[in-house]
Amino acid sequence: MFIKQLSIFIENRPGRINEVTKALAENDINIVCVSLSDTVDYGVFRLIVSNPKTAQEILTSKGFSSTLTDVVGVKLPPHFGMLNKLTDALTEATISLSYIYALNSGKDDAAVIIKTSDNKKALDAIKAAGLEILNPSAAYNL
Amino acid sequence: MIWAKEETLSRNEIEEIQLVKLKKTVAYVYENLPAYKVKMDAVGVKPEHIKTLADVKYLPFITKQDMRDQYPFGWFAVPQKDIVRIHASSGTTGKPTVVGYTRRDLENWAECVARLACAGGATPESVAQICFGYGMFTGALGLHSGLERIGAAIIPSSTGNTQKQIMYMKDFGTSLLVATPSYALRIAEVAMEMGLNPQKDINLKVGLFGSEMLTEAIRAECVKVFGDQILVTSNYGMSEIGGPGVSGECEYLCGFHINEDHFLCEIIDPKTGEVLPLGEKGELVVTCLDKEAQPLVRYRTRDITRLICEPCKCGRTTIRMENFSGRTDDMLKIKGVNVFPSQIEEVLLSMEEIGPHYEIIVEKVGHTDKLTIRVELAPDKMTDDYQKLNALAKKINSKLKVILGLDTIIKLESPNTLQRFEGKAKRVRDLRPKETLMN
Repeated sequence: MFIKQLSIFIENRPGRINEVTKALAENDINIVCVSLSDTVDYGVFRLIVSNPKTAQEILTSKGFSSTLTDVVGVKLPPHFGMLNKLTDALTEATISLSYIYALNSGKDDAAVIIKTSDNKKALDAIKAAGLEILNPSAAYNL
Repeated sequence: MIWAKEETLSRNEIEEIQLVKLKKTVAYVYENLPAYKVKMDAVGVKPEHIKTLADVKYLPFITKQDMRDQYPFGWFAVPQKDIVRIHASSGTTGKPTVVGYTRRDLENWAECVARLACAGGATPESVAQICFGYGMFTGALGLHSGLERIGAAIIPSSTGNTQKQIMYMKDFGTSLLVATPSYALRIAEVAMEMGLNPQKDINLKVGLFGSEMLTEAIRAECVKVFGDQILVTSNYGMSEIGGPGVSGECEYLCGFHINEDHFLCEIIDPKTGEVLPLGEKGELVVTCLDKEAQPLVRYRTRDITRLICEPCKCGRTTIRMENFSGRTDDMLKIKGVNVFPSQIEEVLLSMEEIGPHYEIIVEKVGHTDKLTIRVELAPDKMTDDYQKLNALAKKINSKLKVILGLDTIIKLESPNTLQRFEGKAKRVRDLRPKETLMN
């Protein structure tokens, strides 16, 4: 039930992200969504892609250091308070959230990616709260 | 295999040979090298004052600067017509220093290198690929003639085009590699990028490395990438004293056996110039005992080592130099602390999270020295966690602090980001203004 997120080490230098996107584009890998924040020397460029394993092999051959990380995709129905429902569930189960970003913001199929201190426990807590977990293959094919 | 009987003489026998040759050399240079006669006269030493080997301490030193001052041919002791080969140092730190050879010098050179190559594992069956740059550099042709004398099959592939080098290694069955240690690692890295397994597709039995320091950490790394079957040794020489052929390691890896019938080695205190007792660490000073074209006396190498006299299990009785701990030239003074790049290398190579390549950058910010070290994250050691990445940088910093007593700034980089070298690796960039370097 875990989505394989591609996490790539990126030095803070002009053109580094371009090298990643170019390599993936040239090999017909679809990027579903990305997340990167402004850090000082380097960052972890996190992507959900159509084929994580192949994408990692391509990037390794291009000299990138990367890893595949288990993350959870959670569907958020288009109503008020849905994200709050998710964080409530995690808080109650005393699971801390390492990071969160939007996977999809479409009206009917909005979803977020989360990484938590205990992904397994998070799955149960989310389900118990009545929220739906996004199937990995659905995420890769968005 | 021990190549020559001179390698197994008793101490008395070898010292007798050295004394005869030393007296002859001093008389020869006094007669034929005006630049050195001036130096001897200045301190009032005459050739007849040299009665024992220890008397060598009365003779003046020759420095690299002395050689530059006489550029190009001022240290040639024979007429031009007797010179059959001219080499030169790379001249990275100024004008090149020139080295000339007579026909007999070339013979002796090949003989000296043959002994070291044998000690390092070369045999007549070896298929030896020489990845040193052929040209003015003494390394390539020096190893070439020594290995040829043994009867090895030589592949003079020189440097450049690493993929082609690997193709030769694979297709010709190269069993012995002559290269700098850093280029050897580069070859393994490129082989892996080509989808090859250096342990299976290249079957190296001997790495005969030189031209830069081989630290124990780099040796271990070479064995790791090329496989347990490889014997990795280093040999020593420098262009001013005729190139490779001075000393080299045997299979017991316990120091560099010196060709003592050709080179008389002393260890001095680099500050005072005083000869240090046997076994103490200091600057190596070499006197060439059997050279016609360029018979240097008491050449200051700037390399730091100590001499080991205990017998070696290999059967050779020659005195050894301990593996070098640095060059007086390489030593960095950072915030008043003496730092050898080899100390930093030792720490970095002990960590599996980072690759074997690195760059040391020293800068002056305001009045303070800043030491930055760039390292490459190993391709398979990436983590999704910023805290762990930060912790890795901190771990490197604290390990270095234990050794150096200095804080360093660790910059993590992607694999394959730092420059790779085919010749001598240049891993230190000192960006401080020149005048502060003089202190």
